[in-house]
Amino acid sequence: MAANQHVGPSLPVRLRVPILPRMQTAVTLTLNGEARAFDGPMTVAALLATLGLETRKVAVERNAEIVPRSSYAGTWLESGDALEIVHFIGGG
Amino acid sequence: MDATLPQDDTWTVAGRRFSSRLIVGTGRYKDLEETGAAIAASGAEIVTVAVRRVNLSDPKAPMLQDYVDPKKYTYLPNTAGCHTANEAVRTLRLAREAGGWNLVKLEVLGPPPTLYPDMPGTLEAAEALIKDGFEVMVYTADDPVACKRLEEMGCVAIMPLGAPIGSGLGIQNAAMIWMIREQTKVPFLVDAGVGTASDAAIAMELGCDAVLLNSAIAHAKDPIRMAKAMKLAIEAGRQAYLAGRMPRRLGADPSSPLTGLIR
Repeated sequence: MAANQHVGPSLPVRLRVPILPRMQTAVTLTLNGEARAFDGPMTVAALLATLGLETRKVAVERNAEIVPRSSYAGTWLESGDALEIVHFIGGG
Repeated sequence: MDATLPQDDTWTVAGRRFSSRLIVGTGRYKDLEETGAAIAASGAEIVTVAVRRVNLSDPKAPMLQDYVDPKKYTYLPNTAGCHTANEAVRTLRLAREAGGWNLVKLEVLGPPPTLYPDMPGTLEAAEALIKDGFEVMVYTADDPVACKRLEEMGCVAIMPLGAPIGSGLGIQNAAMIWMIREQTKVPFLVDAGVGTASDAAIAMELGCDAVLLNSAIAHAKDPIRMAKAMKLAIEAGRQAYLAGRMPRRLGADPSSPLTGLIR
């Protein structure tokens, strides 16, 4: 089952399910409340790059949990994930 | 700075020292350029900022950081628009990740038209945030019991309103602000209600360590001039407080000698 083996070296166990296939598959995400489909598998870092966002100016929440900036490259997204991508704007 | 002003009149919140006693919001300006200019004119060293979703259809849109340099100003993320403790805590966790620091402004609001602080929600959120390592400057009702409770929990600044957010009604509760000031040992600010420069001066004369405002500058006809007016009013009010005002008396007390009058 080599094709089904997990590709990252040190991810938490819960991120290994479902097992990521090597071929491209669509990943459907809810980004800031809107459904979007991407070619997967995909990490948070890859998603931000695809969206054209500078990682140092945004913060990401995945399924209501913060994704630390240091984990962007190692956090694989799964279909059905809900992401909030925020930044600072003017406010009182 | 004027030579008559003491050079060492600083204040400290959560271990950070500041000279300016004016904290300004960055919202409701015409554009980011005006935001940057008004904030520079105000002399503020701390600015409040909101946390919102990135517009994914326009990722290259100009950002606040391009006009209000986070290296120059201390960003104080707020929870404006949050009506539950959970929303406020999630928002500030994101802010901490985006900014990398833990000094925040907590506000949990009740419904319009007053947007009055929701104190059960505020207390719940403050507890969760402090437990999670945040340094919480808290927007609160002018309720001495709740303010004491927040201080005892470990909030680093107590910030009651002088009037509802964005109302510009001025300090409607001077006596209560003064009483809460008297019992508070951490930095004490009026947050919300200031409409014009004299309101900011009154807050400072009541003994506030600083004043937080946004709309009074952003919604003035000339925001940059009003920013400058606020800077001067804060300094004037602070000096008046330190100088100690004369006692009020019911009746006149002539300023000129009564002796030597011509007859």
